[in-house]
Amino acid sequence: MVKPLKSLNTNNMLLEVANLNVSLNGEKILENLSFQVRQGEILTVLGPNGAGKSVLFRTLLGLLPYEGTIQWNKKPKIGYLPQGLNQLRAKGLPLTVQDFFALKNVSSRDEETEKYLALVGLERDVLFKKAGSLSGGQFQRMLVAWVLISHPEVIFFDEPTTGIDIGGGETIYSLLHNIWEQEKLTIFLVTHDLNIVYKHSTNVLCLNRKGHHCFGAPKEILNAETLKKVFDKEIKIYEHN
Amino acid sequence: MSYQLFLTLISGVFIGGVAGYLGTLMLSKKMSAVAGPLAHLAFPGAAIALLWGLSLFLGVFPFVIIGAILIWTLERKTKLPMENLAAIIFAAGVGTALLILPIGKAEEALVGNITAITPLETLVTIILSLLVFYVVRRVYKKMMLMNVYEDLATIEGVNTNLYNLLYLLSIAIVVALGVYLVGGLITAALIAIPAASAKNISKGLLSYKISAVAFGILASIAGIIIARFTQLPTGPIVIIAGVVLFLISIIFRKKTF
Repeated sequence: MVKPLKSLNTNNMLLEVANLNVSLNGEKILENLSFQVRQGEILTVLGPNGAGKSVLFRTLLGLLPYEGTIQWNKKPKIGYLPQGLNQLRAKGLPLTVQDFFALKNVSSRDEETEKYLALVGLERDVLFKKAGSLSGGQFQRMLVAWVLISHPEVIFFDEPTTGIDIGGGETIYSLLHNIWEQEKLTIFLVTHDLNIVYKHSTNVLCLNRKGHHCFGAPKEILNAETLKKVFDKEIKIYEHN
Repeated sequence: MSYQLFLTLISGVFIGGVAGYLGTLMLSKKMSAVAGPLAHLAFPGAAIALLWGLSLFLGVFPFVIIGAILIWTLERKTKLPMENLAAIIFAAGVGTALLILPIGKAEEALVGNITAITPLETLVTIILSLLVFYVVRRVYKKMMLMNVYEDLATIEGVNTNLYNLLYLLSIAIVVALGVYLVGGLITAALIAIPAASAKNISKGLLSYKISAVAFGILASIAGIIIARFTQLPTGPIVIIAGVVLFLISIIFRKKTF
């Protein structure tokens, strides 16, 4: 009886990771990691600083060498918002926001860019401002629009709301949620916001420095006991319905 | 205007322009740290050309091209930063040059001899400048994205290895041309200064590119003409003209921002 369900599940399986090991400069960062992601899921990666969340993303994106299996069942169009792609890098570049969007493989028309800037809560006049002169939060919003505008099928967001003000983060996440629903996206997310994890994730993958992993639905993972294991300290958790 | 001055000016305009254009890509540390060492690789080439009585270009060109390919290969093999490797290659180049270059003849290698450029060399200069201009134009967007964040470029499907090679080869060609105009010692400045000046006064990419090319051409023309009337060596005057334009751009920047 279970069989049809199982075959359905494997049909829309997007990514299978098995026994993944990643070392950087001789140091083991990820150890024997296994998990699966189906098309249309939101996988949140949770864990303390230095647990290897960004390393995991970069490995899945094919940017780092690894041992084990990373099996993409099709080659999806990927969007990536790296952590810390902050203004420091952009400060020195003589690029307006418009120029910044023009760097994409398929550059968009201005109206399209304006539409996406509006979606993330930015005014039209930002287009002609120097990207480096935006505030930290504005810059981050601009990057979210930059990733979304090329209609990726899979998005990797590494702490997308860093530096965005209270409420602003909400805006970005509810925007992401809308786009996720409309476009049947698969999202890989790193965030420290447990509320977001609870509200939006299909599955949670937790990592910590000691190689202790857990993987499962938020309801299974987000309890005081598991979080204590992952973060190595008491985490207050408020139950949601 | 004499025919020779005409050839000199034409070559100067092309070299200055394309060097300025190429320089606008050197926004990250990695990118900008490569041109200088590569330029100094011109020394052994120039030394050999002088010893054997060859055209300067024939001596310099193979050296910088081989240098560029060496840096590129070593980067992929050793994963060391490009700027480190460039520094090693640079030391090898200058060391070798000091061994074989007759010091009395060093002036041409140091400050260039654009005022003695032949019609054939001028033609080669024009063709190579246009070639580099074309290549840089083709790789521009993607190199700029690599400047912003290399991972993003990789994910957008940019073959960063190929682009790094094209970029290094472009620098090598411009450096080989620059040796004529300003000599091996200060060729890197020919690439770096116009872009720095342009960055001072530009808000967007288009004005940045256009003004860097304009600054490069302007410095070349000014340098060549001033050198002719003052009987001073052309190369250093071109660079000084570039520096003066840079200083002016700083003043301009303070007024506008």
